[in-house]
Amino acid sequence: MSEPILETDDLAIGYRTRRHAPHLVAERLDLRLYPGELVCLLGPNGAGKSTLLRTLAGMQPPLRGQLRLAGTDLYRLSPQELALRLAVVLTDRVEVGNLSVRTLTALGRYPHTGWRGRLTLSDEAAIDRALTAVGIADFAPRLINELSDGERQKVMIARALAQEPQLLLLDEPTAFLDLPRRVELMGLLRRLAREGERAVLLSTHDLDLALRGADQLWLLQPEGSIQVGVPEELVLNGAFQHAFRGAGVAFDACTGAFVFQHPPMGRIDLVGHDLAAVWTRRALEREGFVVSGHEDPPATLRVAIHDQEGQTVWRLHHEDTYQDFPTLSQTLRGVKTHWFAARTEQ
Amino acid sequence: MSAMLDEAFPQIGEGRKRMGGEGWRLACLTGLALALVGAFLLSLALGSVRIPLTEVIAVLSGGEATKPSWSYIILAFRLPKALTAILAGAALAVSGLQMQTLFRNPLADPSILGINAGASLGVALVVLATGAATGFLSNVGLLGDLSLIASAIAGASLVTGLVIVAARWLRHAMTLLILGLMLSYATSAVVSILIYFSVPEQIQAYIAWTFGSFGGVTGRQLTILAPVIGAGLLLAGLLAKPLNALLLGEAYARSMGVHVQRVRFWLITGTSVLAGTVTAFCGPIAFLGVAIPHLCRALLCTSDHRLLVPATLLMGGLVALLADLIASVPGSRVLLPLNAVTALLGAPIVVWIVLRRDGPRSDFAS
Repeated sequence: MSEPILETDDLAIGYRTRRHAPHLVAERLDLRLYPGELVCLLGPNGAGKSTLLRTLAGMQPPLRGQLRLAGTDLYRLSPQELALRLAVVLTDRVEVGNLSVRTLTALGRYPHTGWRGRLTLSDEAAIDRALTAVGIADFAPRLINELSDGERQKVMIARALAQEPQLLLLDEPTAFLDLPRRVELMGLLRRLAREGERAVLLSTHDLDLALRGADQLWLLQPEGSIQVGVPEELVLNGAFQHAFRGAGVAFDACTGAFVFQHPPMGRIDLVGHDLAAVWTRRALEREGFVVSGHEDPPATLRVAIHDQEGQTVWRLHHEDTYQDFPTLSQTLRGVKTHWFAARTEQ
Repeated sequence: MSAMLDEAFPQIGEGRKRMGGEGWRLACLTGLALALVGAFLLSLALGSVRIPLTEVIAVLSGGEATKPSWSYIILAFRLPKALTAILAGAALAVSGLQMQTLFRNPLADPSILGINAGASLGVALVVLATGAATGFLSNVGLLGDLSLIASAIAGASLVTGLVIVAARWLRHAMTLLILGLMLSYATSAVVSILIYFSVPEQIQAYIAWTFGSFGGVTGRQLTILAPVIGAGLLLAGLLAKPLNALLLGEAYARSMGVHVQRVRFWLITGTSVLAGTVTAFCGPIAFLGVAIPHLCRALLCTSDHRLLVPATLLMGGLVALLADLIASVPGSRVLLPLNAVTALLGAPIVVWIVLRRDGPRSDFAS
């Protein structure tokens, strides 16, 4: 494997205060970031994601340890030298109504241009490449205040790309986006990492997306250590569950998703194999039922999914009787009615 | 909001795109430069005595006017006054632009650093506290009085020095803003105490200074004023590139290679020198610093400082000249307070511009 772009040895991060002893957020961080890699930084609220990101971005000196960017001590680089190697996308909302998308992207050329900020042909080419890579070349002449949040986020990423950095740091880039835009953004960042031989590091709260999209996860634990590995490994060794444990939520290692923890309702049988069955199972599990197939002894309640002349019908069996429902909502209501009726009888 | 407008009235969007083009911006700058030359000639021709433009041009090109008194009026009074107006207007407008971008605040202007307040304190100390003793009152209304300028410079430099020192070690620009504001309150408190213990004649002399005037600067003082303001404006031109980066906020600016602490120091220093010098020589001239940058952003449809710095420079000079022209009420012997004219004429213009657009917030972070 090639040389890491970013490496830390025994790094301790935190805040220096004027009067008190420094406030330690996390320590003994030995991290490596390689070109072509997309890494997601995860951790519960307050674990220090922002502090770590700010430290790696050169905005907050570490309390101790080594931090090298392309082999050089990061905190010895001048602002310009740093900007030539590293670009960031922050959570700060940018309100510059009178700048066009292209002009704002062109600001990314700042460390490359002379004192007048004059753009050479190669600067213009870099701006074009950045706009195209993010897929916003079409609205280059539009003004920033005419854009949606998702589009604005892309402009800020294009601006960072125009800097032509080896390392791209993004602080919660998916925070203000709807789910399809998040998936799209994650795909974009993966492509940027792969194709550009850059390293991309982003902090996010989007665990599902991180599990599916990242090459590596950096998982900050609440007690100030960090676990590194491919996403699946961190699920298998329980680090994931440990980091996000809390009241009322549990990480289901089988589905790779977080679920609400209910007091269990009871067992229910489900018959069916199509898509309707998959989502019926999810609905029943959300309600707190343990869903099984044909088992012995059979559960008192059974939902069977039928196909009647192209229409999906849910048939709810209760002892010897049954009832048909045309929608999942009505089925769920029926299941709950039977369940509570049975419980009050006992 | 503007996107909605564009959908409802596509022709407005079209017009805006056309207005926002490079050609339009170049035309604006050229137009401003020509208007400035025109206003300059006009302000030499008009006044209590009307002098024909041909005569003005003759005197300017080194010749003699048909009437010797005209040459004297132009060279001794109107020329220094017009040049002062241009320099002061440009200085205040450019420093206002710098402050608005640095603090990302549409209401910022040079007085935000407490410079006006410092100069006021200096003048108040001279006029109110010692005025009677030094026989200063005999010079009431003569703003060219040296002790007045010296005291204003002393007051402005004191505050400026404090602010520059603070700018070196303060981490956040916002802290600086609050510091400047508190400094202003403190100095105006001292001024009001001084006023309370003064006699009406002294108070009037002080008030006359606060009206602001371009007329008190002599040709010899211009030889100090012009190079100092020229240097400040040059510095502003050098800072246009980092100012653009600062539009995105200090954190982004730093990430793009701006030495934020250093740039902030030079911005504050430049503004202090520009605004401090103007205030010392012309009194606390309000309004130009806030209004001109907004006018230029609206006119050029851009936040790019490489265009805004020259535009505010020209527009500041132009508006200051026009305001002074109106304040002198051509053809009469009346002389209106300059500050009253700038605000009374300018405020409606700014309100109109701000209401016509989305509002100034779209230029800054919320």
